[in-house]
Amino acid sequence: MQPIVTAEDLTKCYNGLTVVNGISLQVQPGECFGLLGPNGAGKTTTLRMLLGMSPPDGGHLKVMGYSIPEQGPLMRRLLGVVAQQDNLDPDFTVVENLRIYARYFGITLDERTPRIQQLLSFASLEHKAGARIEELSGGMKRRLAIARALINDPQLVILDEPTTGLDPQARQLIWQRLRALLNEGRTLILTTHYMDEAQRLCDRLAIMDHGVILDVGSPTDLIDRHIESHVVEVHGPGLERWLAEGERRWVLRSEQVGETLFCYTDHERELVEALCEHEGLRYLSRAAGLEDVFLKLTGRELRE
Amino acid sequence: MSRLLRAFISWRWFAIWRRNALVWRRLAGSALLGNIGEPLLYLLALGYGLGGFVGEVEGMSYITFLASGFVCASVMNTASFEGLYSAYTRMAVQETWTAMLYTPLDVRDILLGEAFWAASKALLSAIFILAVAALLGAVHTWQALWVLPIAVLTGLAFASMALVVTAVSRSYDFFLYYFTLLLTPMLLFSGVFFPLDGMPALVQQVATLLPLTHAIELVRPLMTGQPMNGIALHLGVILLYSLAGLVLAAHLIQRRLFR
Repeated sequence: MQPIVTAEDLTKCYNGLTVVNGISLQVQPGECFGLLGPNGAGKTTTLRMLLGMSPPDGGHLKVMGYSIPEQGPLMRRLLGVVAQQDNLDPDFTVVENLRIYARYFGITLDERTPRIQQLLSFASLEHKAGARIEELSGGMKRRLAIARALINDPQLVILDEPTTGLDPQARQLIWQRLRALLNEGRTLILTTHYMDEAQRLCDRLAIMDHGVILDVGSPTDLIDRHIESHVVEVHGPGLERWLAEGERRWVLRSEQVGETLFCYTDHERELVEALCEHEGLRYLSRAAGLEDVFLKLTGRELRE
Repeated sequence: MSRLLRAFISWRWFAIWRRNALVWRRLAGSALLGNIGEPLLYLLALGYGLGGFVGEVEGMSYITFLASGFVCASVMNTASFEGLYSAYTRMAVQETWTAMLYTPLDVRDILLGEAFWAASKALLSAIFILAVAALLGAVHTWQALWVLPIAVLTGLAFASMALVVTAVSRSYDFFLYYFTLLLTPMLLFSGVFFPLDGMPALVQQVATLLPLTHAIELVRPLMTGQPMNGIALHLGVILLYSLAGLVLAAHLIQRRLFR
């Protein structure tokens, strides 16, 4: 099968600053592809290039067989977009938002009416059909934005941080809906900086920083490739003494961040037993996760 | 230019026109009052109040003279407000345009939708003022109905110019420059309130470059039944402003939104 997205050596500069620096990626039909990276990594710029909203300064880009940005309007007939800021139309009600958006695609009235009913139920917004946008909660707005993005029955849906700013219940509901879209065979591309979201939803991920892709793979591949199976976070007043004289042969690799020592190990039982013999230590033993990969690849310094 | 023409023929822009018309329908009461009520008050106050002192101007009563000027001024104001404040809100504040660009619509569709919508509102205000002018006896011939297509074209010209300003604005405050440097002088020196003949030669020469002057040169004889001169020139100037404005605005908005 043809890839849905083929990007080769995409580059984007703003005012002499290279924001995206020669990235290449492929997205396969039916998969959920995630772009993961700290603030300023170039995720949103990459998405904007995929949408055809930001002409690349270098490289080649094809989305659903169309050359982007030249054939942007043609490609966008088959595309759904959920922007970070929702940008719903505040002058209209929920159902009017869907109706008016359908007109932008030239969807006829006959097609429109059943489609809108279906989307209202998909977004669990039937009871809010006549509500104005300002009356909706954050989760409802996001669901409506997703429903609106589906009005043209798109093959590919692009979402920029779909659950940022939502409470846990609202996020769960969004994830369910996105999974439903995957089960219908649609392709999703999303950006996020939530590891749990990336791990739950994405078949494959690209970890980005400073405008380049650091690694691509499934969440489990990335974890296996970069991190030992377990992490034990050790802190407490006894840490210094343990560092000086303690038994540390189970620690394959460690990293001190502030007051905490991150110990990476494949033998967490033995390590925990060794820690128990020392006084003044607190520890948290857990399976290695995407967050550990992310921090290893992008570093721990704050991005502000 | 050819891309603009293709966008016009595609008729996709009509979805945007309809969107704006739907919003307007909801707020029509206050919108009409603002666009039409105010010029009417001025027309009555100045026409009767000042008219008593002025007597006849160019062979007609002052209120007749003024009414034709006000039709054009109101077209200018209505189209400019829509192309500035309303369009800026949709572009930069509500990001309505961004959401439109996620669909097969492109910048030219949006621009044409906005410009024709602004021209439609301008037409509406022209119709109302024309009707009131007729009631006041300031319309002398059925030829005055030709004012309506001219109002659309003039509205299009001012909407396009306003959209150029909107395309380069960083905030609502920037519009004050446009008002103070262009729209207000145009209102005062295009023959709305008094004939241009009495003005210094330089003012008269500058006035011939402004679209409002040409709109008035067309509308005034149409409303009063006086002979018309230089129809092609007047139409040509207004058309030129419309097209140049649309082409420039398309370029600037494209540059602003497709970064």
